[in-house]
Amino acid sequence: MAAAAATGAAAFAGDRIARIFDPKTSVQAGTKLDTVKSPLSTTGEDLTPYQYITNYNNFYEFGVEKSDPAKNAGRLQTRPWTVTVEGLVKKPKTFDIDTLLKLRPQEERVYRFRCVEAWSMVIPWVGYSLSEFIKECEPLGNAKFVQFLTLADRKQMPGLSQSSINWPYSEGLRMDEAMNPLTLLTFGLYGETLPNQDGAPVRIIVPWKYGFKSAKSIVKVRFVDKQPHTAWNDQASNEYGFYSNVNPNVDHPRWSQKYERRIGAPILKQRRQTLMFNGYGDQVASLYNGMDLRKYY
Amino acid sequence: MSNRSIVFLKALVHIACLAPVAWLVWNFWRASTTVPDALGPDPIAFVTFFTGKGTLRLLVLSLAITPIRRVIPRLSWLIRFRRMLGLYAFFYACLHLTTYVWLYSSFSWSAIINDISRRRFITAGVTAWLLLVPLALTSTTWSIRKLGGKRWQALHRLVYLAAIAGVVHYWWGVKSGVRTPFAITVVLAILLLARPMLNYLSRRPQSKPATTQPAQL
Repeated sequence: MAAAAATGAAAFAGDRIARIFDPKTSVQAGTKLDTVKSPLSTTGEDLTPYQYITNYNNFYEFGVEKSDPAKNAGRLQTRPWTVTVEGLVKKPKTFDIDTLLKLRPQEERVYRFRCVEAWSMVIPWVGYSLSEFIKECEPLGNAKFVQFLTLADRKQMPGLSQSSINWPYSEGLRMDEAMNPLTLLTFGLYGETLPNQDGAPVRIIVPWKYGFKSAKSIVKVRFVDKQPHTAWNDQASNEYGFYSNVNPNVDHPRWSQKYERRIGAPILKQRRQTLMFNGYGDQVASLYNGMDLRKYY
Repeated sequence: MSNRSIVFLKALVHIACLAPVAWLVWNFWRASTTVPDALGPDPIAFVTFFTGKGTLRLLVLSLAITPIRRVIPRLSWLIRFRRMLGLYAFFYACLHLTTYVWLYSSFSWSAIINDISRRRFITAGVTAWLLLVPLALTSTTWSIRKLGGKRWQALHRLVYLAAIAGVVHYWWGVKSGVRTPFAITVVLAILLLARPMLNYLSRRPQSKPATTQPAQL
């Protein structure tokens, strides 16, 4: 029995090693980032292993299956890469990715990540507050929302033709949400640059909202005065609202949001209660004072 | 097809239907103990799709037997496999339902009732399962005799509704824009449409030769 278990464990380890070295599924990361600690980092949670964070992804530009991004994102060219800033700003600007990387010190921020599909992870992201970047963009006073657009290039992204999403992927935040220090302009995870399948070379992370709000592989940031259209809201507005705050009291039409499945946990310990605002209520609940969160889901 | 070959083939079908379940149980045990990712990063979702897809595939296989027999009369011995495929489909459906009641809902009956009444994809899934229950209960030879062939057959036409409800459940369960249920839908549609088509075709040629061809001496 013990021998069988040992053989099983060896086979499993071998499989894991093979996955790391297989060029098709290998993660496209590896550049170490120097990070500083942050008081905004979540404590008291077990980190989800790197292997899951990089092999279980929703990134429809690379296919609809969770394993597709790890297989297909190797085609994405993340250098050279620029982020264009336009709309209601003092002056349109274009930032090179290497400039963005050095704009502020990179912080390690552990955040819970809750997908609208009721699974969750705990991820040590690397980045700095989006507000720091927004200051560099110099938005005008009438800018009320900020929109993020993801690259949409058929040559690099085989998933674009697989689903009926209105490409390029568009997401948005209200200005005060974007300026909240928790909202992270993200360049890495586990101390290294982002693997392609996790949204390289730059994405945002909004930890109190469902994962799809956190746009990946961003090429354009647009400051606007009206609520921008967003990809999943275009696709099914009754299921994916503009706000999409993590909220155990507002069910998705097709399933309850009261519980979530923690990825990588043993099967009988996967299920756990979902926290209001994903546990970040102290920092963000005041953004929604007086709003009916059932209506603005 | 000799009786001995049938017995041999039946053993193979049993193995083909049970081996995936044995594999699942073994890896379930590993996933809850030493190897958390034995069933992948999201084991509950894995078990759900594994048992759900298994149910639909077995249902479709059991529904394929009648049209195949009619098109290829030499294969009419396939009828001897229909009951076991149907029962295995029901068995997988029970595993699928157990996954939902146990792993998803942790036996929270209020949550389950709330789900069934409010979520159409769960309503469709539970409906499909409920439609299969009377069919499994009346699958014995004794039931066929007791009910009489005609009535038994009429009752067992519920399997068409169960399969449709199952596929609808699949479509309503996946995100909009996801087309994974497409293949099984096409196969089921062909198998269901094949029945009236074959009826139509088998009626037509019988009437033709009688009127147009002169008697041959």
